[in-house]
Amino acid sequence: MKISRVGKIAHYQIVFMLLMLALIGALIFSINSGSVDMPVKDIFKIIVFGAQEGSVESNVIWKIRLPRLIAAAILGGALSVAGFLLQTFFRNPIAGPYVLGISSGSKMFVGFTMIVLMRYVNALPSGIIVLAAFAGSLVSMGFVLLAARKVSNMSMLLLVGVMIGYICSALTDFFVNFAQEREIANLTNWSMGSFSGIGWSDIGVMAIIVFISLLVVMMLSKPIGAYQLGEGYAQSMGINIKWFRILLVLFSSLLSATVTAFAGPIAFVGIAVPQIAKILMNTSKPIIIIPTTFLAGSVFCVFCDILARTLFAPTELSIGTVTAFFGAPFVIWLLLKQKK
Amino acid sequence: MYFKTDNLSVGYGGKALIKNINIGVEKGKILCLLGPNGSGKSTILRSISKHLKKIAGTVFIAKEDMNSLNSVEVAKRLSVVLTEKVAPELMTCEEVVATGRYPYTNHFGKLTDDDHRIIEESMEAVSVLDLMDQEFTHLSDGQKQRVLLARAICQQPEIIILDEPTSYLDIRHKIELLGILRSMAVKQNVTVILSLHEVDLAAKLADTIILVKDNTIFGSGCPEDVLNDGVIKTLYGIEAGSFNMLMGSVELPRTCMSDSRVFVFGGDGYGTRCYRALHKSGISFCTGVLYHNDVDYQVAMSLARQTIFEKSFRPISDVIYEQACKAMLKCEVIIDTGFDLDGETNRNRQLLELAYNTNKSILSLRKQTLKSKAEVQQFETIGAMINSEKLKLDSDEMSSISLCS
Repeated sequence: MKISRVGKIAHYQIVFMLLMLALIGALIFSINSGSVDMPVKDIFKIIVFGAQEGSVESNVIWKIRLPRLIAAAILGGALSVAGFLLQTFFRNPIAGPYVLGISSGSKMFVGFTMIVLMRYVNALPSGIIVLAAFAGSLVSMGFVLLAARKVSNMSMLLLVGVMIGYICSALTDFFVNFAQEREIANLTNWSMGSFSGIGWSDIGVMAIIVFISLLVVMMLSKPIGAYQLGEGYAQSMGINIKWFRILLVLFSSLLSATVTAFAGPIAFVGIAVPQIAKILMNTSKPIIIIPTTFLAGSVFCVFCDILARTLFAPTELSIGTVTAFFGAPFVIWLLLKQKK
Repeated sequence: MYFKTDNLSVGYGGKALIKNINIGVEKGKILCLLGPNGSGKSTILRSISKHLKKIAGTVFIAKEDMNSLNSVEVAKRLSVVLTEKVAPELMTCEEVVATGRYPYTNHFGKLTDDDHRIIEESMEAVSVLDLMDQEFTHLSDGQKQRVLLARAICQQPEIIILDEPTSYLDIRHKIELLGILRSMAVKQNVTVILSLHEVDLAAKLADTIILVKDNTIFGSGCPEDVLNDGVIKTLYGIEAGSFNMLMGSVELPRTCMSDSRVFVFGGDGYGTRCYRALHKSGISFCTGVLYHNDVDYQVAMSLARQTIFEKSFRPISDVIYEQACKAMLKCEVIIDTGFDLDGETNRNRQLLELAYNTNKSILSLRKQTLKSKAEVQQFETIGAMINSEKLKLDSDEMSSISLCS
């Protein structure tokens, strides 16, 4: 094997290991921070040996912190991979579920479903919410695709996406006017974007959806790699473009819908993280970039969640505020770099 | 026929633009589509490569209907170099070429040692092996085109389809690229189907040529039989200027003036450079006496206002000589390009000596001038000569310049 090839593989492995370490570090730091002060030793005992069962500390760890940070890790990764798929699909580094209005579509459908169904039941099963979010993201995606047929210019397409986002938000606000107070409290909390209030059953649902999707996406890494050369070449290599595009749309929508269903719309993670992953790995090979993107997304969201919780504690920031703070400047930098 | 189309109709959105295309090419031969922009060349190529859904008809590769092959089977037989620009971020040339192995690798696209060998061989064949680790987007257009050709070769096809592969390439890279295609056809028995803009290159490269104009197949066959000046003028709708198939050269439209006051002694190719220089300055001229088989004759026929010529392989006849005398004596300026003066009965020398014994202005490019009564100015270069006061146009002449067909 050539030396350069061996060097590259070593590079991939080192970066991957570093990201793993960063994730573990962020998880430990995250579980250790919060309004209730606990020594690391105690936390370790509570998690590993199930110590102090029923105590306040145990409840804080098991019912609040642990689900929250696991959700942040899974959903952060899912959102980033959704971004990667959209960037592949539109062959545009600035595409993402939030800017294209796909998250807002989910938000609208989830909001609508909540307002209608909460009249009859007290709590909605997470499966229903995910379904609503998925339907919403597909509707938004449909509009974006329609627009993509008319405009070839990528900046224009993004503008269209942003507008679709505004329309969805406006409609959501419109529905909220007809909602009862209890529903509004639920809705506003969720629509701000947060990893709080996620239970273990939710984690089960999201883990199944996200990991199955991730597996499928990994299986698609060969055609994704070919698609990077453009549709014409991809087809000439034997890819069924129609099916490939449908799969990309479905799985990017499903992943971003899952995130929106559980944590609300979160901005800029989907754009920024895949780009960071490519820069870190110095390649765009999907088989490398997909897992890296997932891992980097996990690290990024766990980290942002820590900031959201601790920066102005006891007041909590919405996760979207923190991700936008880091993500938006990065996107501006990307735009400027593209111009060159 | 190894590759052929049977009543193929192609077009967009279910509407046939070109109907009943019946073209074919043997294995290891080169088929070239020629025609003006927008004539439908790309539409035909894209339909053959399945990038466009064909409207009707059948395409056969080695007697197999292409419709009966699945996309991977097609990919193993046919690869493409497209006109669309590709900008894959952070991909090295090796990775771009490696995508050609797509139809052969496993589900995750893992490259075996064999694949790596084929990738390297393909890059070697188009001499881009040294670019292997460079990022594709950082290359020049010529290099990109060659890497994309390496990618197509790497797919180990039986047919390669190239849509205007020479656009953006400079003359050296054009020659190299077409040379590679030629040797692939001859050595590896690969069938090449391509479209070109350069008529002269097409004639030199292709075994079979298809002329496409206004969405119809206008002619086809061996380029040596099919292509001539008239066909090319019609094919491209050239009204001004001309294309000389024999010389493979383009001449810009001739400038017309009421009368020419310059006479050029040409012959043996000495004339051509002068004709072109005069023509660019808008100076109308007469030239003679040229033999019919002289290269100068080919260019003079496109550019000179009057060309006095004699049929090949015989002495210049009295009639032609008289004609030349008359034309020469009417001109004020004589240009001596330095043609061959030797020979007992060299009537061009006779004519030149006559010119030297008149009161005309003589501009000479000859190293050693003849003895002369006339005013002779000597020039080392054509560039210097063309700027001479004697060749300046006066304002009347300037205004009378017009393009003519």
